[in-house]
Amino acid sequence: MSEKVLMKGNEAIAEAAILAGCRHYFGYPITPQTEIAAYMAKKMPKIGGCFLQAESEIAAINMVYGVAGAGKRVMTSSSSPGISLKSEGLSYLAGSDLPALVVNVQRGGPGLGGIQPSQSDYFQATKGGGHGDYKMIVLAPSSVQEMASLTVKGFDLADKYRMTAMILADGTTGQMMEPVNLSEVEVQHYEKPWAVTGTKMERPHNIVNSLFLEPEELEKNNFARFERYKQIEENEVMVEEYLMDDAELCVVAFGIAARVSKNAINEARKKGIKVGLIRPITLWPFPKKTLLAAAEHVKQFISVELNMGQMVEDIELATRCKRPVTLCNRTGGMIPSPAQVLAAIEEADKGGQA
Amino acid sequence: MSNHPKRITIFCGHYGSGKTNIAVNFALHLRQTHQKVAILDLDIVNPYFRTKDSQTELDAAGVELICSDYAGSNLDIPALPAAMQRPIADHDTFCVLDIGGDDQGAVALGRFADQIKAEGNYDMLFVSNFFRPLTKTAQEALEVLRDIETACHLPFTGIVNNSNIGDATAVDDILLGAQKAKELSALSGLPLVMTSVREDFADAQALANENVFPLHLQEKLI
Repeated sequence: MSEKVLMKGNEAIAEAAILAGCRHYFGYPITPQTEIAAYMAKKMPKIGGCFLQAESEIAAINMVYGVAGAGKRVMTSSSSPGISLKSEGLSYLAGSDLPALVVNVQRGGPGLGGIQPSQSDYFQATKGGGHGDYKMIVLAPSSVQEMASLTVKGFDLADKYRMTAMILADGTTGQMMEPVNLSEVEVQHYEKPWAVTGTKMERPHNIVNSLFLEPEELEKNNFARFERYKQIEENEVMVEEYLMDDAELCVVAFGIAARVSKNAINEARKKGIKVGLIRPITLWPFPKKTLLAAAEHVKQFISVELNMGQMVEDIELATRCKRPVTLCNRTGGMIPSPAQVLAAIEEADKGGQA
Repeated sequence: MSNHPKRITIFCGHYGSGKTNIAVNFALHLRQTHQKVAILDLDIVNPYFRTKDSQTELDAAGVELICSDYAGSNLDIPALPAAMQRPIADHDTFCVLDIGGDDQGAVALGRFADQIKAEGNYDMLFVSNFFRPLTKTAQEALEVLRDIETACHLPFTGIVNNSNIGDATAVDDILLGAQKAKELSALSGLPLVMTSVREDFADAQALANENVFPLHLQEKLI
């Protein structure tokens, strides 16, 4: 008997969050992530946790703010339009240096868009989304197992750096079912001496707040926060390299696009084309060094995305435009086929830039 | 499988237990011995991975597929097409009903419950996969089973063991699932009708004593 269970990606996120010690979930239903809320609704009452369906996304993210301020592990989840609604709260969490896990199981946009999978919230996730100078740690799972492991990792990193971590998944990874082994999950614990837990008259008050009356003080906090971001960029980059040792062409893709790309790369290798994959697992911090190093030996990068070309800009920046970067994409809820990616690889191999 | 299928066969269960795959395969199986076969997709819960994905295969075999006009589209509304009434009312058509997961999904079946009960020629099978995280035990599965019956106003008539862990499935896993399905059978008083397995397991020696129904699954592109 193996210890594996068969899970939907969304269920894996929910179960992993519980394993990571999350006992507070606030959300509002939206396809294609509703299973996370459904799972939490079933499980939380049985383990003394709190599941609450808020009256809106805005209410949910502010409940997250409250629990995070009290120093407890807390999460919310939504899909693209819902994340837009939560964005004000994300900025407040950042301004108050509060740890939380936020899940975005992306669907097609802009606007109400559709319910089919997409990666078109890359900019929103990696460049801020809400107002003000801030970052979130952005994790991009490409299997159901990773939906679980990165959820745990997200809680750990959030606590370690006192900031929001986001799981940036897509509808397909949320809905598809794969074997998952949850016994491999390892959880870190971090002290939270800053949490608002009552002084018992034994210590000075802790204050959780994003409003600063003196501009000098606000500036000081922003500089300090970006020092922390620097450490994260130095220490927390996660990236997978696949068949890159001898690669002359490099596909860059994350999440579901990386799975499609791997199939295409395997086919291209059969045809003798030396192509590899760089898969950013952290979208922020972005694996800049890995890409810059690859630019020394590959002649072209191909960014495969389920959007109109967003990560492609970060690849150009990371590689300082040393090599051409082309885009192979579908959008609006469509997924590139392995054949489409293979055609883009073959085109690049011929020397033509698409 | 029984050689005398009822006119209406309904597959219900926990979401993600494999109902759609079984329903599609069962409809194709029925079509080998029956002229008029229809598969009715009553799933009002699941946005992806629908019977509609098997449309080409069903068309080629001459199985009529009736599903929401919006399946696979961006419209996320729980609507059933009026055309479903025709095969349900036509006593010459063998119907396979694919119901959405859990009690929420089974609500849609309630729409036809009185008609189906009045005719009295149906099987309603509980599809179980004991490797799903919320139905790991017979007791947990029984809770889901009773919730579904309450929601759709129809009593189950049997159990299908569809225990699997996707690509990681071994024969022992299927047998362990069968064991738990038998426990569920004892708890519920319902017979274990069959064990559905991926087609490459169909001839496994260890499964010789199980009533095996082989499943042809769609090729995965990702």
